[in-house]
This record gives sequence, C-alpha cells and structure tokens, in this order.
Amino acid sequence: MSKILVIAEHLGGKLNSSTARAVSAAVAVKGEAIDVLVLADNAEAIAAEAAKIEGVSRVLTIARPENARPLAAVLAPQIAKAAAGYSHVFVPSTTFGKDVAPRVAALLGVAQVSDVMSVEAAHAFKRPIYAGNAIITVEADPAHTVVATIRTASWSAAASGSNSAPVEAITVDAALPTHTRFVELQQGKSDRPDLQSASKVVSGGRGVGSKENFDIIYKFADRIGAAVGASRAAVDAGYCPNEMQVGQTGKIIAPELYMAIGISGAIQHLTGIKDAGTIVAINKDAEAPIFEVADLGLVGDLFKIIPELEAALG
Amino acid sequence: MKILVGYKRVVDYNVRIQVKPDGSGVITDGVKLSANPFDDIALEEALRLREKGVAEEVIVVGIGPADLTAHLRNGLAMGANRAIHVTTADAVQPLTAARIFLKLIEKEQPDLVILGKQAIDDDANQTGQMLAAIWDRPQATFASKVEIADGKATVTREVDAGLEVIEAELPAVITTDLRLNEPRFIKLPDIMKAKSKPIDVIEFGSLGVEANDHLKTTHYAAPAKRSKGVMVKDAAELVAALKQKGLL
Repeated sequence: MSKILVIAEHLGGKLNSSTARAVSAAVAVKGEAIDVLVLADNAEAIAAEAAKIEGVSRVLTIARPENARPLAAVLAPQIAKAAAGYSHVFVPSTTFGKDVAPRVAALLGVAQVSDVMSVEAAHAFKRPIYAGNAIITVEADPAHTVVATIRTASWSAAASGSNSAPVEAITVDAALPTHTRFVELQQGKSDRPDLQSASKVVSGGRGVGSKENFDIIYKFADRIGAAVGASRAAVDAGYCPNEMQVGQTGKIIAPELYMAIGISGAIQHLTGIKDAGTIVAINKDAEAPIFEVADLGLVGDLFKIIPELEAALG
Repeated sequence: MKILVGYKRVVDYNVRIQVKPDGSGVITDGVKLSANPFDDIALEEALRLREKGVAEEVIVVGIGPADLTAHLRNGLAMGANRAIHVTTADAVQPLTAARIFLKLIEKEQPDLVILGKQAIDDDANQTGQMLAAIWDRPQATFASKVEIADGKATVTREVDAGLEVIEAELPAVITTDLRLNEPRFIKLPDIMKAKSKPIDVIEFGSLGVEANDHLKTTHYAAPAKRSKGVMVKDAAELVAALKQKGLL
C-alpha cells in the first residue's frame, strides 16, 4: 500500500495553499496514509494549519534554525531522510517545489515526475510537455520511491477545518551544508488577492504600453476584487515585476475568471491559463490568438473599454 | 575559472508540436530544431563572465546523437572556447544527464556550471538541481542576476513571492531564468571561426554512467481543447454575460 509524504510550502509562518492542492493529489493515490512534513525554524503554527487539511493522517515537523528559509541544499537532505518508508514524496510544483524536489529525487537516486496533472494509478501519472501541447502518461517503477511535483492549477485545495491530525516532531540524522546562504527576499507588497490562488485574475500585456498605464489594470482588478497578472512581454518590458508573470515559465493558474487585457496570447502564455474557468479577452487586434481560447471576446481599445466596463458594473 | 554550460537541442519554441494520431509520440520529422532558449541564456551569461575577466574558458556540453555536432558548432560560434559532445542515440532523462555532467565535472574541474532552468521539450526543470545534489554543491535556480566575487556567487532568483537573493560558495550550479540576459546573435565570421574550435566526442557508454531511467512514457495525447467562445459587441454586453455566469 502507498504511503505519501507531502512537503509543506510556507512563507512568513503561514501555510501556502499549494500544500492543500498537493494533498488532493495524494488523496487520489488512494494510499493508506498521507503525512505532511513541515520544515521550518518555528513549525508550530504552520503544522496546526496543515493538521486541519482533510485527508492528512499526521503532520511531522522538523524545526531547526537552518530551516528558517527554504534553501534546497539544506532542506533536501532532511526530506530524503524523512522519506524512508514512504512510497511517494509529493511537493507542490511552485518555485519552492521545483527547486527542492529534484534535489531530493537525486539524493534518493530516483527519477522525478514533474507537474502531475492527474493520478491514473499509484504509479501512473499524466503530465504536460512542450508547453502543454502534449500530455503524456508516465509510469514510474514501483520498486522506487516516486518523487513528484504537483501542478497546482490541476488540483483544487483539499478542504480544511474538519480534520485534526496529530502533530509529531521528528529528528533526522542529516548533515546540513553551509555552502548556501539566504541573503534577502524582495517582495512586492500588495493587499490584492494572491495570484496563484485567486478566483479572479486580471492580466495585462504589451498592449497596456507602459508601467504607468498598468495602473488602469490594477484599478480595474481592485474594482472586481481580482489578483493582477501579466504576460511575459509586459514583465520583460518592465511594466510589472516578475512574480506577476503567467505562463509556461511563470505561474500556472486556474482562476474561475481570467481576463486577458492587451495580451495577444502566445502559446507560452496560454499554457498558464488553460485551466481557467472562464477566459475573457480584450484586444484591439481581432486576429489575436487569445480569441481562439477565450470564452468571451471583445475587440477594441482597452483604454476605452475598461472605463466602460467600470461604468457598466454600476 | 572554467565554466561548463549545458547546451541542449530542442524543437524550436515557435513550433506548435502535434501528437501522433496513434499516441506513440509527437511529430518531430522535418520540425525546426534550435538551442533550448534557457541554454542560450546560460551560454550568454558564461560568455559575459569571460568578457569581464571572471572566467577564462567556456565549454558547451551536448548530449545526443552524431548529428548534434552542427548544433554544438552554433554554441562555439556564439563564443564558447570548446565543446564536449557525449554521444548517445537515446534521449536521456534528467538524472542520467546529471550523472553525465558529474563525470565531466570530475574531468574538467569547473568552478561554475550554468544550465537552463528547464528544456522547453520535456519541461522537466530537474537537471541542475539533480546535478547539484549528487555533486554535493550549492544550487541557485531560476537566476535573473549573477555576480561572482571572492569565491562565491551572489544570485538573484525569480521565485513566486518575488526576488530572492542567495549566496553560494563556488563551485556551484546555476540555472537560468528568462530575464538573466538577452543572448547575442551569431555573426557570420564567428561561424567560420567556430569551424576550427575543438569538439571532444565522448561515447556515453565509456563514461560508466548508470542509465537507470525509471520513468516510462506509455502514451501521448493532445491536450483538451478550449473551444472558441463568443464575441461580444461592447463592454455592457460583456459585463452582463459575466454577471449571468455569476462571475461578477
């Protein structure tokens, strides 16, 4: 029977919702146990949040000062040791998971399945390749631990609240390197919803034209309570910071409503949004590829249309 | 200082790949092949470090069949000093690629290995991290800025929360993100010059690397298509449609 270890992602003492999404994938394996591992300097509050997630059997914590920041070189040896006795190690496919999971897999001497979209069987998974232009079914050898990253946009977060899984502190005998050091995290400060988990997202592209013009996108997003995203072209042009990029190499998201404004819809961008519930495209070019995937399209000048939308909202 | 750069050949990023009707693979016959864009960025960064006097030698590494030579010549034309071609007819998975790199590292003793964060064919995003693990050295993934001084790399990383800065003692593995630099174009005289640059050819079997590719791809499918929706005539109609769906 399968036993799955899910690695918790957290920041600033709070559990990231990507963890509950990875738990959903673990539930789909239909194993006998799902344990969540929290590596932190102070794990208590994070573990308490994880213990509430439905489907979780136990929450394990490794609290050490070295775990204050998610340095892959520091975390991976601990995760590899903690993985003993588990058939699967699942990590969210966020920059955290993409950084640490392959390091764990290599320490265990096993391959990794990246970006799991669906669990077909305990050792069979679907994942995207070629920017999502093909979906492959991958079978892992049951003789080895399966290390996998979970494509968060493909999984809804497991419900939270009804569970109260036991929390256990564990120790692992792992030598931690000192060759890699955290210096700082430069974070954009925003009261807007988190891009990765928001139910509504408004994104701007090159058509917005400048950093100053992007205010119209922020303002409209605030009006409807949406997170703000951007195309690679807009980020490359310096209109907005990197963490707003949606697409193959940025964030892959699945909001209920996605509004692409002034975004032409390069295949790499579409990869990041194809699981969205409803896609709205506003673009002055009627031939823009974004209209091929949009549920609702409106051709016209975004600087004219956005104020009209705001007026129509009443 | 010596820098090893991974230089993979992939289906060009402009090609919209098609799945074979029988689900046995994707159609690659006659499809344009190019350097993995992240690897061009890796090579560019290495060349800039050499131009700054930080590094003396830049070596591009390719793993693949005999006809990979032309691709490696492009890396040499871009400016690499020499190339290493590990020949194998079969595509290798990331862990095997990492093990190949480790063998080359033991021979070449580089101070820095720069790889793309992912290849745009398998989108795995694993090889750099795996290499750093088995080499037992630091990794700085998703780099958007690299500074080398006093035996360490200070790397700005593009992470979901923003920009993270870490320090890594050398030798180390860095993987590149899109905004690290803009790769240069190859000029005709450089193509001529590249013809005389050396390419070491190493048979994969001679490296003593265990190729235990644990993953088997059993089926390829086209992604579920989103159907084209409806065009609305103005903002009021759009808002009405979204309200009707309960989205506003």
